[in-house]
Amino acid sequence: MHELSVTQSILDISLRHAKEAGAKQITAINLVIGEFASIVDDSVQFYWDLLADGTIAQGAQLHFERIRGEMTCTNCKHSFHPKETDFTCPNCESQFVQITKGDEFRVDSIDVE
Amino acid sequence: MTTRVPIVEKILSANDHMAEENRARIESAGVFSINLMASPGAGKTSLIEQTLSRLKDILRVAVIDGDIATSIDSDRAAAAGAQTAIQINTGGDCHLDAIMLRSALDQLDLTKIDLLIVENVGNLVCPASFNLGTQRSILVASIPEGDDKPYKYPGMYRGVQVLIVNKMDLLPYVPFNMDYFRKGLEVLNPGVVTFPLSCKTGEGIDAWTDWLVGQVKVAT
Repeated sequence: MHELSVTQSILDISLRHAKEAGAKQITAINLVIGEFASIVDDSVQFYWDLLADGTIAQGAQLHFERIRGEMTCTNCKHSFHPKETDFTCPNCESQFVQITKGDEFRVDSIDVE
Repeated sequence: MTTRVPIVEKILSANDHMAEENRARIESAGVFSINLMASPGAGKTSLIEQTLSRLKDILRVAVIDGDIATSIDSDRAAAAGAQTAIQINTGGDCHLDAIMLRSALDQLDLTKIDLLIVENVGNLVCPASFNLGTQRSILVASIPEGDDKPYKYPGMYRGVQVLIVNKMDLLPYVPFNMDYFRKGLEVLNPGVVTFPLSCKTGEGIDAWTDWLVGQVKVAT
């Protein structure tokens, strides 16, 4: 669990961009988080309420857009959502697959006034 | 009126930026550095002791130990022959980050060492997300942890360039299906450099230290 440092980073990024945009208030933070990125939404919200207190991001809504994980077989190019304990391609049973979605971990945009 | 400001910035970009600075600093000093990660009890400190016992007379080794509390690990590294052993107490944080490593680097004279070993906090989740700036990230897995760990901690197994499988001497005594372990590993990290070894019996340690010495030669 490293949500404290993650939340601090989200706040730092948001405040920096809000300042550049000349914003008076941040009303929402739009995050894009992949399935394979280990982060707990509730925990980020908890730290957010503490860290954002007293800044122009106080009270901002956190929106989490979750990206479903996807693997793509390097053999037959089939894309699939992997089972928890089996990453084998369900189409051709190849073990040579790559993660193609689910790594996302970014601040996509902020809504400001 | 509300307006949307597009950002598209990686959440840990500040850490990544600091890691790049650490890396430039380490490389320009001709030092080879590794970030050792593992679950608690996998044998990171034992591996450092075994490594030092073989290399202390041919390489100048510094060890930076990250733990939530205590200096037990850095004391062990110093006793085993590290030229310098620095303890970072994270005060509860579950991982080292690039800023912590920078503070530790400030206490080191990089011109006087050849190999820098950074021992991360024992944890298979969080350390994987924070680049430190070392040239290699290394995972120490161990047989008693079980063969399902690549599936349960894919972030960690994907992010390393070297895998050490410690406690190989326990393989006959615990349920561990090596084929199942390798299958998960192959998907996540095909062709990762792997060293099966035992810190207790010493089996396989020479291959690991030979590799390290080779990497140090390339770095200097």
